[in-house]
Amino acid sequence: MSVVGHQPPPFFNRGLPPAARLTLYLTISVALLVGDLRFHYMETVRKGLTVLTYPMQIVASTPAEWVHRTLDYFSSLSQLQQENQALRNRSLNDAKRLVRQEALETENKQIRELLGMRERTGVRGIAAEVLYTSRDPFARRVILDRGERDGIEPGLAVIDGEGVIGQITRIFPLQAEATLLTDKDQALSVKVVRNGLRAVMFGAGNGMLELRYLAANADVDPGDVIVTSGLDGVYLPDLPVAKVVRIDRDDARGFARFLCQPVAGVEKSGAVLVVGRAATPPPNPTASEPAEAAKPVQAGRAGRAAARREKH
Amino acid sequence: MQFQPHRPSRILLPVRMSWVWVSFVVALVLNFVPSRQIPAMPDFVALVLAFWCIQEPLRVGMGAAFIFGLFTDIGHGSAMGQHALAYILLAYICGAISRRLLWFRPATQALQMLPLFLMAQVVMLGVRLLAGAEFPGWSYFFSAFATALLWFPIHYVLLLPQMQPIDRDENRPL
Repeated sequence: MSVVGHQPPPFFNRGLPPAARLTLYLTISVALLVGDLRFHYMETVRKGLTVLTYPMQIVASTPAEWVHRTLDYFSSLSQLQQENQALRNRSLNDAKRLVRQEALETENKQIRELLGMRERTGVRGIAAEVLYTSRDPFARRVILDRGERDGIEPGLAVIDGEGVIGQITRIFPLQAEATLLTDKDQALSVKVVRNGLRAVMFGAGNGMLELRYLAANADVDPGDVIVTSGLDGVYLPDLPVAKVVRIDRDDARGFARFLCQPVAGVEKSGAVLVVGRAATPPPNPTASEPAEAAKPVQAGRAGRAAARREKH
Repeated sequence: MQFQPHRPSRILLPVRMSWVWVSFVVALVLNFVPSRQIPAMPDFVALVLAFWCIQEPLRVGMGAAFIFGLFTDIGHGSAMGQHALAYILLAYICGAISRRLLWFRPATQALQMLPLFLMAQVVMLGVRLLAGAEFPGWSYFFSAFATALLWFPIHYVLLLPQMQPIDRDENRPL
């Protein structure tokens, strides 16, 4: 590269002039940006290059992890006692419900068998801990201390004791990156518990969530509890997500703004559970399949699949 | 501002490229330290890149900026090409002003580097806002100030190997 104002003589050939190289490199990086942000083509490249950066990331994050764990270790006795007491109370409360739930699950299974419905898919869970927030300041992501080695896959839901906090978006050998619900790009298929109304939920940007694509006169009230619908084939159904706090109905526009408060400690760190379905749901029926394949039992499923296709 | 065109300066040894690359890798590792909670974490790769682009404009330039920008993008999990774009612009401007900037003392250089680091951050902010991300708050810009503050110490750290005498004296290592 030649320095501006000091052009080297032509016999010292130094390749392209700086302005041309600048243009070239800028074009490449803008192409990369568009490919990544707009078309999401870059995941394979990213995965390949992660092999090079991952050792460095481990070297950088290990001391931070030690500091985190050391601080945890020296938390005061009274704090631990309080926490212990709270957990005891909670486990007693939960035990009551668990005893009933086992009975209910058996009953539910029997009733489903009687009705000839399909069994609900099982659940598998991996306990993990939030290590730290990802360094990208534009997104809300956290790094978990479990990775590919522990069986974590992209797409699994991350929950804490209260409800959903996010979804695994990238995996590394020893760690995984989860995108929080409050991230602007994170969408989630949900329903309102009170009336079963289906909707799509997005992060609103300030730690809140919002329901989008609902008509202005949709039957949603402040205080309504929102749970996952399970229609996306990713999340388990009926995990608590949020509570509606405010509704701005603007008649001028076709849509209302439904602001919701997440029920889980989305922005807090701590112990989380990565949950997924034990079996992958059957693939979407395609249009070429014969219509008689859609038996009454599967009709609902096909309809949901169609809804899912509409959404994408 | 005191301008000293004829201040005595050390004649430095030629730079060893292995040292340059080692400094880049160390900066990359420092950038990967999880430190979202610390508001003004300097961007070490931008700092080292700008330093070498000014000190050795014929050897370190936009190629290094592109490669290390991509690595930073991957390590941070940000959009591919976001840091690369900002670093390429930084490297180009640093290469262009290097002959002028080397006349100044490190502290004065830091003052002139601040707008460049700010520019790199504004470029990244613009890219992500265009892509629909949320504004991360004004504390995002503290990083550029922290980076400029580090210019003075990094000047001595990175030039240390070049300050050694040619004939080594066991009693005077520097």
